[in-house]
Amino acid sequence: MVSTSAGSPQRQPIIYLDANATEPLRPEARDAFLEAAELTGNPSSVHRAGRMARAMLEQARDDVAQAFEVVPLNCIFTSGGTEANVLAMHGLSAGRRFLVGATEHDAVRKGFPEGADVTWLAVEKDGTVSLAGLEQALNASDTPAFVCLMLANNETGVLHPITDIATLCQRYGAHLHVDGVQAAGRIAFSVTASGVNSFALSGHKTGGPKGAGALLLAGPAPGRVLPLFEGGGQEQGRRGGTQPLPAIAGMAAALRTALQTPRNLSPLRDRIEHAACAVGAVVSGAQAPRLHNTSSLILPGRLAQEQLMRLDLEGICVSAGSACSSGKVAFSHVLQAMGFEAQAGQALRVSLPWNVQEEDVTRFIQVYENMARKAASGLKLSTLI
Amino acid sequence: MRILVAMSGGVDSSVVAARLQAEGHEVVGATLQLYDARSAAKKGACCAGQDIRDARAVADRLGFAHYVIDAEKRFQDSVIGRFADAYAAGETPVPCVACNQGVKFTDLLGLARDIGAEAMATGHYVRRVEGPHGAELHRPVDSARDQSWFLFATTRDQLDFLRFPLGDMPDKAAVRAEAERYGLVVAGKPDSQDLCFVNDGSYVDLVERMRPEMAGPGEIVDSQGKIVGEHDGVMRFTVGQSKRLGNAAWLDGQRQMVVGVEPGKRRVIIGPRAHSYVESLLVRDVNWLVDAPPEGIECAVQMRAREVPRAARIRPVPQGALVQLEEPAMPAPGQACVFYQGTRILGGGFICRTETESAA
Repeated sequence: MVSTSAGSPQRQPIIYLDANATEPLRPEARDAFLEAAELTGNPSSVHRAGRMARAMLEQARDDVAQAFEVVPLNCIFTSGGTEANVLAMHGLSAGRRFLVGATEHDAVRKGFPEGADVTWLAVEKDGTVSLAGLEQALNASDTPAFVCLMLANNETGVLHPITDIATLCQRYGAHLHVDGVQAAGRIAFSVTASGVNSFALSGHKTGGPKGAGALLLAGPAPGRVLPLFEGGGQEQGRRGGTQPLPAIAGMAAALRTALQTPRNLSPLRDRIEHAACAVGAVVSGAQAPRLHNTSSLILPGRLAQEQLMRLDLEGICVSAGSACSSGKVAFSHVLQAMGFEAQAGQALRVSLPWNVQEEDVTRFIQVYENMARKAASGLKLSTLI
Repeated sequence: MRILVAMSGGVDSSVVAARLQAEGHEVVGATLQLYDARSAAKKGACCAGQDIRDARAVADRLGFAHYVIDAEKRFQDSVIGRFADAYAAGETPVPCVACNQGVKFTDLLGLARDIGAEAMATGHYVRRVEGPHGAELHRPVDSARDQSWFLFATTRDQLDFLRFPLGDMPDKAAVRAEAERYGLVVAGKPDSQDLCFVNDGSYVDLVERMRPEMAGPGEIVDSQGKIVGEHDGVMRFTVGQSKRLGNAAWLDGQRQMVVGVEPGKRRVIIGPRAHSYVESLLVRDVNWLVDAPPEGIECAVQMRAREVPRAARIRPVPQGALVQLEEPAMPAPGQACVFYQGTRILGGGFICRTETESAA
């Protein structure tokens, strides 16, 4: 057997371009996390240790609420984005039918209560929801609607026109719940000014630690939410269970930093897209307004699985449409909803983290170009082909 | 070199990965998700079973990359579907051959080439020997674990790329001992049994679910079409078998055996054992691992997974190959007929159905 000089992937430096899966921890978040971890008290305890923990918790609540312009009592801490979405869909939807975007994250697509009446909202080819389709669905029944649409898509970065959507929803008395997990911290957003009713976010997608998220409610008075579990009545009886203070404090610090020191990543993203298109890639959702850090790159005829492995073996971390927890690469329901067929299994998502370096992008482009130019065997290993 | 190791999560392929890495190769592990181990539990749910967990644990411990490859649809179509189709055609299929041939040595091997691997290794018990005219496929040292019969359809091009590091192992105990030396969690894991995709009930239940029209009792008839008994489902019968025939096992003082299966009529045809053997048979889809000898070749053939090879003469014909047996035998349609010379596989094919039909 002939030995090659190629080093093992473990020895190569990792280039991390998968921020939409999780952002690298921000130093400010790490400091806040560690500081909170040093506190012994339970925020619900009445003694001094408890009061110290509660003070830190409420400071975090003020910060998160302020970032999205809601009143602090309408910031409900959860374990993360999935719980925040599911809490809204269960706790705010009584008597309503569901209108759910076809490109939503699985947290939402699979988040409604059992037996719910669900209508799926189609998207345009560019990935934005069809406003005409939404209006038609709102108009289709006298039962008030609970509309679930995301601010930014996790795979394509495409932004739905949320303000227009909110106006439409208000006209029909619908509740608009927005999954803001990918947008929070990446674009400035006011829950109040935009007219949405509820908004979910996740700490680790903004550079905080994993384990915290929040559901934000519009309105001046504390909103009522039926809890998923009552527990000790924390979060105004809307979410039971002792709050994970270190993760929450870290989330608040990450959000603060992200919004105070925004970094426009679009020049780097554009470099990647320009280079990828030059070797045959197609950018999905390119025509729509998008997040500045996200590219969905389809390489026609090349399975995402193969692309992912090739890049990973070169030390580059990106992701395919959606990987299930077993790690197998499935077809992207997002791209399918946008009208892509076989190509929905041929896309990679490149999402730039807040601390991406110019040379990371250069290296990615080099490896991607090499991959695109190499012939592939035309695999049949896939769910839909 | 970069080598892709097909890892099932069992001890054999784990040892292969560990050994290749210890030899200094860049190992890339891949586990095929062939079927949802919990299909009954929840449709469409994620499905990482224990075997995937085990394969990953080995990769994580040794520190090499590991991927789960979704081949469920492919496996369903190319292996399970064809398995049921074969029964519906009155044959007794060998799904492991179809799996090795398609999902593993075509698809996964293609992926291995795509990611820049220079070889693909598996935990099969078979030996690959570099011969004067290229790679040869041989029986393994451990005859108790011989998987060569299941690998006859490996093409020469595939064989060139493949590696089977366990072919030289003396026995399973040695493999387990090696697994322990590498500290692998799977060192004591029991061997998989029977067909991997049949996890509850039997293959009969599976095929009956897929082809309900074949399920249920039917007639046992003799070669004249006379009803001589009843059976509990055609899938339970393979040409050559004498079990499960009940009172029809002996007729007119002669031991009977299955000579044909007609799934469409749910019929099992029997005949006297002594008179039903054949001296020649046709095999189709022949794969040659040597240059096909136009004038024919003397060798040994093995027509079931576990049996002693018998002397035969093989002659290539347009439909495949004609096998002339030295002594009569009862080959089962759909099974493999593999040609050996000593320990070496020369080639093989699938046994064609002979024209045994009930008169009626």
